[in-house]
Amino acid sequence: MTRPSAIANVTDAGFDARRVRDDFPALHQDVHGKPLVYLDSAATTLKPRVVIDAVADVYARDCANIHRAVHLLSQRATARFEEAREKVRAFLNANDTNEVIFTRGTTESVNLVAQSWARTFLREGDEVLITELEHHSNIVPWQIVCQQVGAELVVVPMTDRGEITREAFEEQLSSRTRLVAMAHVSNALGTVLPVEELTGLAHERGAVVLLDGAQAVSHVPVDVQALDCDFYTFSGHKLYGPTGVGVLYGRERLLEGMPPYQGGGDMIRSVTFAETIYNDLPYKFEAGTPNIAGAIGLGAAIDYLKSFDQEAVHAHENAVLRYATKALGSVAGLRLIGTAPGKVASASFLMDAVHPHDIGTIVDSEGVAIRTGHHCAQPVMEHFGVAATARASLGLYNTTEDVDALIRALHKVKELFG
Amino acid sequence: MMDLRELYQEVILDHGKNPRNHRFPEPHNREGRGYNPLCGDKVTLRLQLDGDKITDVGFMGQGCAISQASCSTMTQAIKGKTVEEADALFSKFHAMVMGEADADDDFESLGKLAVFAGVREFPMRVKCATLGWHTLNQALRDEHREATTE
Repeated sequence: MTRPSAIANVTDAGFDARRVRDDFPALHQDVHGKPLVYLDSAATTLKPRVVIDAVADVYARDCANIHRAVHLLSQRATARFEEAREKVRAFLNANDTNEVIFTRGTTESVNLVAQSWARTFLREGDEVLITELEHHSNIVPWQIVCQQVGAELVVVPMTDRGEITREAFEEQLSSRTRLVAMAHVSNALGTVLPVEELTGLAHERGAVVLLDGAQAVSHVPVDVQALDCDFYTFSGHKLYGPTGVGVLYGRERLLEGMPPYQGGGDMIRSVTFAETIYNDLPYKFEAGTPNIAGAIGLGAAIDYLKSFDQEAVHAHENAVLRYATKALGSVAGLRLIGTAPGKVASASFLMDAVHPHDIGTIVDSEGVAIRTGHHCAQPVMEHFGVAATARASLGLYNTTEDVDALIRALHKVKELFG
Repeated sequence: MMDLRELYQEVILDHGKNPRNHRFPEPHNREGRGYNPLCGDKVTLRLQLDGDKITDVGFMGQGCAISQASCSTMTQAIKGKTVEEADALFSKFHAMVMGEADADDDFESLGKLAVFAGVREFPMRVKCATLGWHTLNQALRDEHREATTE
C-alpha cells in the first residue's frame, strides 16, 4: 500500500492532525486491548478538552438559570449563553442573533419548522419537496405535517452514484411546491448537494428552503446568507460540541410570522389566564430552561474550530477520504456505496458475503469503531437494494494511519469469513 | 480482551454461509415475519403444524451470520418437536444468550444451539441471535403481525 501520510496528515497550510489528536481525550484509550481508532464521527464527533472543560466549568462555577435572577451567577451564565449565540451567528454568518434559536438538535429544529411554519402556512394540495437521500429526521416531520394539513410529500430521486441533480430536482419542483427540505450533506453517503443552485430554483417558484446541515457544518463552509436558505439546522454534537444542543437558523422575517413551537417559560413576555404575550425572537422559540451548558459548550467548540484554518481542515479531511476511498477500493470484494464526485467525510461500503453487522463486530474487536446499519436513511438503503452498509466517517483528528488500521481489520474480516 | 472465535464458531460460520432449511416448506399452515429495526434484517418463517407437532419448517430472509445461523440451527432443532418442547428450547436459548445467572448448567441440553453461548459477551448482537426465535414464537401463536426484536 502506498503511504502518502506526509501529505494527508500534515497539510501544506500547516494543519497537523497528529497534534490535534492530543486535544481529544477519548482518542487516548484502548478498546478490547487495542488503541481506539475512531471512524464514526458522522454519528457523533469526539469532544476536545476545551469543550469538556467549558461544560464542566458552567456547572462548577456559573451554575444558574438564565434570563431570570438578578444574582451574579445568573448574570454570568446568561452572558455566556448569549455569547455562545453570537458565536453561532458568526459561524453561520447569520445577519442577527435573533435568527439563532437553540434547540435540542437538528431533529428538533426540523420539527420546529414543520410544526410552526409548515403547519400554519401549508394548505391542502400544497407540496413539500424532499430528496431520496434524506435522514429519517428530514422525512418523518414532513410526513406528519403533510398528514395534518393534507399536503403532499414529493421526493426528488437520486442517481446511482448518490447525487441529486438539478434536472431531477427541477422535474419535481412545481408551482405547488411551498417548501423544500434537503440535506446539505448526506449522512449515509457523504454526497454534497448543490444546495445553492437548488435553493435558487426553489426561490424562483416562491418556495421556502430548509437545509439540514447536520453532516455539513464540520466538513464544508456554511454561510447562510451566501446559501440564501430560509432555514438551516444542525446539531452541536456533530460539530465537536456536546449532545443535546442544536441550532435552528431562520430568516427573521419568517420567524416573526411563525407561532411558538412550545409553550412555557422564557418564551413569554406576560401571562394572564386571558392572554399571553410572547417574547421576542429568538426567545419565542426557546420555551423552558435550555441546555445552558450545552450551548456554552457548543460556543467553545466553535472557538476551537476557529483556531484552525478551516480550509486547511477541510483539505486534510478530503485528503484522508481520498486515501480511504483508494484503500477501500483495493480490498477485493468490497463495494463502495455512494460515489458522488466531491463527496465529503464518509465512505459507505459492502463486502461480499459478509453482513455489515459482522463487519462492525469484527473491526470493533480490532479497536476500530465504525457504524453499521441503515444510518436512519432506509430509503437510501432501498435505492441500493441493501438492508444496511458499513460506514467509516472522518473527523479532523483522523489520519491515514486510522485508515490503514481499518483496512487491516477488514482483512481480519476476510480471514474469518474466508 | 474479547475472543471473536467465541462468537464466530465454525458451526455459526458454516450455517451463516450455508443456512439449512433455507426454503419454504409445502405444505405449511403457519407463518411468522420477523424484523430487527436496529439493522433492517428481515426473516420469514413458515412451518407445518400437525396437531401440536412441528413436522416441517423453513425460512427465507437476509441478515448477518449470527441471525442466519441462528435461524438455520433453530429450524433443525425444532423439526419434529412439539410446541411445548420448542417453547422450552427458546426459554433456555434466551437465558443462555442473555447470560442469565442460572443458565450455565443448561447448555448441554441445547445441543448444537450451545454454540451461541459466546453471544453473551456481545450484548449488541443478542437481537441477531434471537430474531428467528421471536419469529417462531409469533408463528406458533399465529399472530398476524410482525415480530420484532424490540
